[in-house]
Parts: sequence; C-alpha cells; structure tokens
Amino acid sequence: MSKVYIALQDNDESRYIIEAIEQDNLDATVIHQPAMIRIENENYLVVKRETVEEKMGRDWNVQELHLNLITLGGNVDEDDDQLSLSWNV
Amino acid sequence: MSAKKLNLKDKYRLLTRDLDWEYSYVDRKKAFPYEEFEGIKITDWSKWEDPFRLTMDAYWKYQAEKEKKLYAIFDAFAQNNGHLNVTDARYVNAIKIFLTGVSPLEYQAYQGYAHVGRQFGGAGARVACQMQSIDELRHVQTQIHAMSHYNKYFDGFQDWTHMHDRVWYLSVPKSFFDDARSAGPFEFLIAISFSFEYVLTNLLFVPFMSGAAHNGDMATCTFGFSAQSDEARHMTLGLEIIKFLLEQHEDNVPIVQKWIDKWFWRGTRLLSIVAMMMDYMLPNKVMSWKEAWEVYFEEAGGALFKDLARYGIRMPKFVEVTEKEKEHVSHQAWWIFYNYGHAAGFHTWIPSDEELDWLSEKYPDTFDKYYRPRWELAKKMEAEGKRFYSQALPQLCTTCQIPMGFTEMDDPTQIAYRSSDYEGEKYHFCSDGCKHIFDEEPEKYVQSWLPVHQIYQGNCGGASVEEVLRDYYKLNLGADNLDIKGSPDEQRWKEWKGVA
Repeated sequence: MSKVYIALQDNDESRYIIEAIEQDNLDATVIHQPAMIRIENENYLVVKRETVEEKMGRDWNVQELHLNLITLGGNVDEDDDQLSLSWNV
Repeated sequence: MSAKKLNLKDKYRLLTRDLDWEYSYVDRKKAFPYEEFEGIKITDWSKWEDPFRLTMDAYWKYQAEKEKKLYAIFDAFAQNNGHLNVTDARYVNAIKIFLTGVSPLEYQAYQGYAHVGRQFGGAGARVACQMQSIDELRHVQTQIHAMSHYNKYFDGFQDWTHMHDRVWYLSVPKSFFDDARSAGPFEFLIAISFSFEYVLTNLLFVPFMSGAAHNGDMATCTFGFSAQSDEARHMTLGLEIIKFLLEQHEDNVPIVQKWIDKWFWRGTRLLSIVAMMMDYMLPNKVMSWKEAWEVYFEEAGGALFKDLARYGIRMPKFVEVTEKEKEHVSHQAWWIFYNYGHAAGFHTWIPSDEELDWLSEKYPDTFDKYYRPRWELAKKMEAEGKRFYSQALPQLCTTCQIPMGFTEMDDPTQIAYRSSDYEGEKYHFCSDGCKHIFDEEPEKYVQSWLPVHQIYQGNCGGASVEEVLRDYYKLNLGADNLDIKGSPDEQRWKEWKGVA
C-alpha cells in the first residue's frame, strides 16, 4: 500500500479545506504538527470544490489551494471542480 | 452577452500549445543546441503536461497574494521584536546556516531554470521553467528580507554571499548546484526538479519549518511555508518531468536511472547538514531526523518509486546505505562542526542533558552506544577548561566535499575511506556512493574546488588558519565562530532577557 498526502498551513482557510477533505475521504488520517496539518490516505485523496465552498460559505477556486499548500505526494490531477492525488498500484 | 469563461484545461492548452511556432528560417537544432547531446530522445513535446495547468494570469494573481501575506508577517515580526521570541539564542545558528548555505542555492536555482527554460523545444516545458525560475528568485529575496531582521541583532549574517563562495563547509551546497548547473538541461531537471525537489526538499522545508514555528521563529516558518507552497508545484512538475521523459522513449530509461542514482546520493549527502540542524539545533524538537527520513523519504519515496516501477525505474543505488545512515549521520555531522567550531560562521555547543536524553530516546540503537559517550567526554573536558578544537585541516571527499568524518555504517567506530586513481592522481571519497559518482565522470570531478586543497595550495591567503578565516572568509573571529557559551550573541541574549 502507498500513501498519498497533502499538507496545509494551519490557518482559518485551511480549517475549512481540511473539513471538506475529511468529509470526502472518510478513511483519511489528519495529523496536526506545529503550524501545519498533514492529511494522508491510502492511494487516493480528493479535494472537491463543491464541498470546500459549502464549508466556507463562499465561492472557492481550486487553484486557491496554492495559497495554503505546503507539500503533497502522489500524481496530481486537477480541473475546475477538484484536485486529486493518487498512486498507480 | 459576456463571453463564455474558459475552463482550466482550455486556458492551459491555449497558453502552452498555441504559444509555440514553426521555425521557417532557423534550423531547429541551432535554436535548441543543448537538446540532444545528453542522449535523451523527445518524440513529442506536446505530451508535456503541467497537472496544475497554471496560466500566467493565475500565476501572478496567486503569487501576489502569497507575497502580501508574507510581507505583512515580516512587518509584524520586525515591529514586535520577533527575534526576542525565539526559544533560545542557539536556535538562530540554524538560521545562519540557512542564509549562508541554502538561500544562495535558491539564487542558483533561479539562474538554472532561466537557463534551461531557454533550452527546451517544448513550450510547456519552457513556461514551467520560467515560472519556477521566478519562484526561486522570490525565494531568495524573501529569505534575505526575513533574515535581515536577525542581522541587526546577531553575528554571522553579515556577509553571506561572500561566505557562500569561500567557506569550507559551504562548498558542500555550492558545489552541489554548480554540479547540476554545469550538466545538460535534462540532467539539471532530474537533479533539481525530481531528485532534489520531489524526493528530498520536503525534509528541509516541512519538518524543519514546522520546527522553526515550534521555536517561535515566525519569520522563518512563514517564508519557509510560503516558499514551500511553490515547491509543492515544483515537486509535482518534477514527477511529471520524469514520467514525460520515460514515456517519450525507452532509451531514456537507463539515462534517467543513472541520474536518479547520482542525484539521490548527492542530495542525501547535502542533507546531512539538515539532519544536524533538526537533531541538534532546534531547542524545541518536532521530530528526529530519523523520523523525518522515514516519513518523507522511506514512506513517500517508497510510494513514488513503486509508482515508477512500471517504467522500469528502480530505487536509487545505495538506498540501503541510507537506511543505516539515518541512525548516525546527524550525530557525526554535529561532531565534525563541534570539532571545527573555531572555523565555522556559526556557534556550536554540547547538547544539554535534556537534549542528550531526547537523542537517546529517539536513537535507542545507536546514540548511547556510540555518540553519548563523546558528548560526555566533551562535557568533562570543557568543565576542566580543556575545550578541544581540531587544528589540522580535514581531508575532504572529492565528490560531496564534506570532511571525511562519516563512518562505515556497519562499524560506526571506523571512518569510511574510499579512493580512485585517475590519470596518475589519487582522489578520496567518504563513501561508495561518492566514489561511484566520481568514477562515472572523473573528468568533471577532478576539477572540484576543494577548500582544504585550495588553502594548502595558498589560494586562500594567509599562512595560518586564522588568517584564512579572518581575511579570506571575512569571519569576525571571536564573534561569528566558536561556542555559543561566552559569545557576544549569548551575552546580548542574556541582557535582552534580563538574566545577565
């Protein structure tokens, strides 16, 4: 098994993004470290625009993720509605 | 009626595909003279894909927003005397290493990407390199701005570019990038975008920056994470680059594998200094180097190489050595600097009792057995007024340029020593990995500018070590170097904290 991961700065915007990720990836593990939050999951993780918008209560562009992104691991696939990370296994 | 908004994919296609043109009166090979000599075969540049599909308008928009956030924090940090909030004056020495050792690499990366961005025939690759080049320039600038605040209050920050070009241990990072930039454009991408950015920089910019936050250093944590938000994009590009090269032609596979082998080992050697910063220089600990290595290389890199196996790519050569080295390398590196603290541009110290206990706990198999006794001895000698500084100049590894202080990993009491003969001269190495790299390209590495050799050849001024340090390196002796104990840095810190 291979883990994909994403880490975001620990701030108010990320809080909603993390909530959205948790909702859309039920098995994901959230790890809090100083100033950052790391989320990992087996093989696949998705960030959905619709869920983030619901949590934030405003429009959200998937590319806004760059503002709070620290690092990620996995093959990235991004379009207007989502960003996903995956490994080919 | 307003025009229909383009989606991400259409915008990116328009940017990267329709930006290019046919060459009617210039020979393509003359326009891109470096594209073929490395043996890499590109059959279709249009297959190059940036998964983030970042267009210039989006790039400027988000980068501007990042900068605004960052500089607001720098202002707040400076206005609120942020330097007083770090855990301990010792911590700042890790930042001195960062400014003298790492920030100049950002500048080298900026130059490197600007150069290779001109050399690729595909518009997608050129745009990606252009953005990364601008990112790297942003990184060096923000780092200088962030650390200029420390320069007002601490020694060792004053002449970092000069130091980077001359000081013995800084030739380790400098020569790493010199090596990459003097390679061909595709090797540069594998070296920096893939091996360095994807496989290794997480280890510097993630746990260490989290450590900076944990030690009250708001400025460093913020520039680190802001830079890292670009790095996440660079990493993704690194992975796409390697997949692109491997999918273009099967003849590329062995060439790429050879570069991965080389740059993985070069990178692990470079990171030994980060290992020591994590384990010894952060008063408040986040995780040990060993734990960071396990999460960010063994786990993340393991997943990555499993993914690449379908192309016929295997784990880098000598990866099994690094599995053992994670237990030793930080301790051996800090010991080297403790021995040469008089010749360093930052302060050294013996770990406190609590820190020794933390190291014992984090390294149960090696610390008490091999390293704790050394620190106990150093403590005893210091108490007796016999603080010992090595006066002889160390032999350096011709490839990584680190003093030959690393041991055999199966026998940590034995210094590792390898050598190769080339055209009647003998060259020395710290490891099988470094010897292997030399043996593949001896004509390149015989030109290494090795600081100790240069001193002995009289190219660094003065007859004595002191003159070299003072006149050639421009260290302020007695202020920049030696132990933190008794230093002007420590004295000022105590005055600020009211404990003098």
